[in-house]
Amino acid sequence: MSSVAEKEQYNYDIVKFCVIVGILMGVIGTAVGTWIASELAFPILNFDIAEISFGRLRPVHTNTVIFGFGGFLLYGAGLYMVQHCTHARVRLEKLAWTAIALWLIAMICVWVTLPLGITQAKEYHEAEWWIDLMMAASWVCFTISFLATIAARKMSHIYVGLWFFISMLFMVTYIFVFNGLAIPVDMTFSYSAYSGIHDAMTQWWWGHNAVGFFLTAGFIGVMYYFVPKHANRPIYSYRLSVLHFWSLTFLYVWVGAHHLHYTAIPDWTLSLGAGMSIALIFPSWGGMINGMMTMSGAWDKLRTDPVMRFMVVALAFYGMSTFEGPLMGTKSVNALSHYTDWTVGHVHSGALGWNAMIAIGAMYHMITRMWNTEMWSAKLVNMHFWVHLTGAVLYITAMWGSGVLQGLMWRAFDEYGNLVYTFADSVAAMHPFYALRATGGFLVFCGFCIMLYNTLKTISAVKAGTNVTLTAEARA
Amino acid sequence: MSEYKKGGGMIRGIPHDTIEQSLPILAVFVAILVAVGGIVEVVPSYYLDDAEPAVEGVRPYTPLELEGYAIYRREGCFLCHSQMIRPFRDEKERYGHFSLAAESGFDHNYQWGSKRTGPDLARLGGKYTDAWHIQHMRAPRSVVPESVMPNYMWLEETALDTSKTKRRMEVLAMMNVPYSADDIANWEADMKAQAGVDDGDGEDALRTRYERKTWEIDGEVTQWTDSFEPTPINVRAFDGDATDVTELDALIAYLQMLGKSVHFEEGVDYYHDKFGQPYRK
Repeated sequence: MSSVAEKEQYNYDIVKFCVIVGILMGVIGTAVGTWIASELAFPILNFDIAEISFGRLRPVHTNTVIFGFGGFLLYGAGLYMVQHCTHARVRLEKLAWTAIALWLIAMICVWVTLPLGITQAKEYHEAEWWIDLMMAASWVCFTISFLATIAARKMSHIYVGLWFFISMLFMVTYIFVFNGLAIPVDMTFSYSAYSGIHDAMTQWWWGHNAVGFFLTAGFIGVMYYFVPKHANRPIYSYRLSVLHFWSLTFLYVWVGAHHLHYTAIPDWTLSLGAGMSIALIFPSWGGMINGMMTMSGAWDKLRTDPVMRFMVVALAFYGMSTFEGPLMGTKSVNALSHYTDWTVGHVHSGALGWNAMIAIGAMYHMITRMWNTEMWSAKLVNMHFWVHLTGAVLYITAMWGSGVLQGLMWRAFDEYGNLVYTFADSVAAMHPFYALRATGGFLVFCGFCIMLYNTLKTISAVKAGTNVTLTAEARA
Repeated sequence: MSEYKKGGGMIRGIPHDTIEQSLPILAVFVAILVAVGGIVEVVPSYYLDDAEPAVEGVRPYTPLELEGYAIYRREGCFLCHSQMIRPFRDEKERYGHFSLAAESGFDHNYQWGSKRTGPDLARLGGKYTDAWHIQHMRAPRSVVPESVMPNYMWLEETALDTSKTKRRMEVLAMMNVPYSADDIANWEADMKAQAGVDDGDGEDALRTRYERKTWEIDGEVTQWTDSFEPTPINVRAFDGDATDVTELDALIAYLQMLGKSVHFEEGVDYYHDKFGQPYRK
């Protein structure tokens, strides 16, 4: 039924480029993140300079980590696994390179325009219309090249990891294009095509599906290749993967409305969003369980292999944050959590715990396979793991603390029916949490610096011929 | 990947083996499936009458306020300040009546925000004096010691860039914002009049234009009732200096009108309106 012909020579240059740029994006994105977190703890750090004030710099952080780090990981790991899963060299290579060049140029434009205050002011979609066009063109180029490679596959079946990529490619095209529709005033300003409640619904249809498809479906696809490959075990359950793929693809789309609970959006939409959010636990945990159980018979690798540790802890965080998400998507919990730092903590348990750790694991895996070498220092990989994990946990727990405290302070009434706290009281109470959060972010930044250093040392060792090559078993 | 090959075939009567061997079938199924949720949740808000009940009083921004909105967007204020009050007791105590859909109906894009590092601003208008705002923008901690807001003292030192104002109004008029040709033609006079730099010559014309009761939205004429008195436009040197129009003038003009347009009455249910008029119990 399925015939596997000769493997073609893979294009690793394109993947190597994405991985190196991705690590750099991780360093830059977490550096900016640490800086803005410090601005909230110590506002003097705004230095009265417009370009680095919190409001202008915060989108630089989010864009760099989501589209810079996440984007280059998805492009790089996507092109790596599509070749390995199809045994075909990437098709339409020039188109794929164009996609990567456009994405990088767009990121540089983002770094210039956002500090200048040139913004669409839509969360996670801040880049102005002409940068949007560049990113959309990049995405379409990548999609065509990716699908053409699948079409050229040497076996009959399409691997499950690629299904998730396909769903990401389509959905992100939809949401990016529709949410980005705007009428330009000039190069520096545009008005959204939507207003008020329509804009809010479109924005969170985009916002939550950027999470659901860019940061979940895509990264689950990455997980489906790299976890079994690194553990050298087959995926736990084929049926579970079919079930959770279709249910996740269908359900995620609906849950954006839970970002708008108790607002002026019609109540039926919000209830629908809340219901679907709860249902989403099942497909999410389907993926988590399928990844975790793949480790059956290979759990011993956790003791010896820090890269495996990154991947497994990433799955643990994924399970945790996809439990927390539906919880926060219900109306009664959301009434407390919305507008508070709890949301920020939740996002970072997904981003630092799940996305960053599975990405880092995949990156280390690809580096060693593509350059056919052990990492320059295994100790530094281990150190990166612990520094990153400590930073992530500090960050998340700080934001849980501040978020719940904020929510409770805002709604506290005294025995005479008066508000107990002014808003300023709640701001003052946040200070220790904000300082702790900045510390956690700084540790994550340090982790990325360690990774960059280790990677550069590894590559120069390969060039100098002083590296240790992989064992045949690892190369297989 | 051996498990994956072995498991292919029929799953509960669905020939999944066929789907995953054909890129076109897989791609088409996915493309359709991911479109459903968005279509069901986003599209109906345009067609259901009660999604956005009309209330009297919501008007488009004056040219000066429109520039203030642009500065609010530029500085990323929405990242720390929401403009969406929820129907809870504590929010009513702290911020006022819950926000209505119509109140942000002319905002392209909406400024509801998602985070309150600072307080909600949906009904900030009139809560503080201009002098408070001027000092607060210069040095927030001089009036609110606990604040973590950056200083924005460059706003009062920067002359307002009005090169885009007309084009902004033209773009908004292409959508659902009811700027008339007259409103757009007189943008400069209206802006100067509102900021108090024209010795009061243009104030009456400004008020005639923006305190009117007849609006043409998407080709439909909306007429407010005779007894309804629109909220007066704020006309003064917002930054305390009547010699020029600065960015601070525009921003404070915007902040001082937030949430002032609708006149909330006791006993009126602002939720369940199907026919464009407030439903009275």
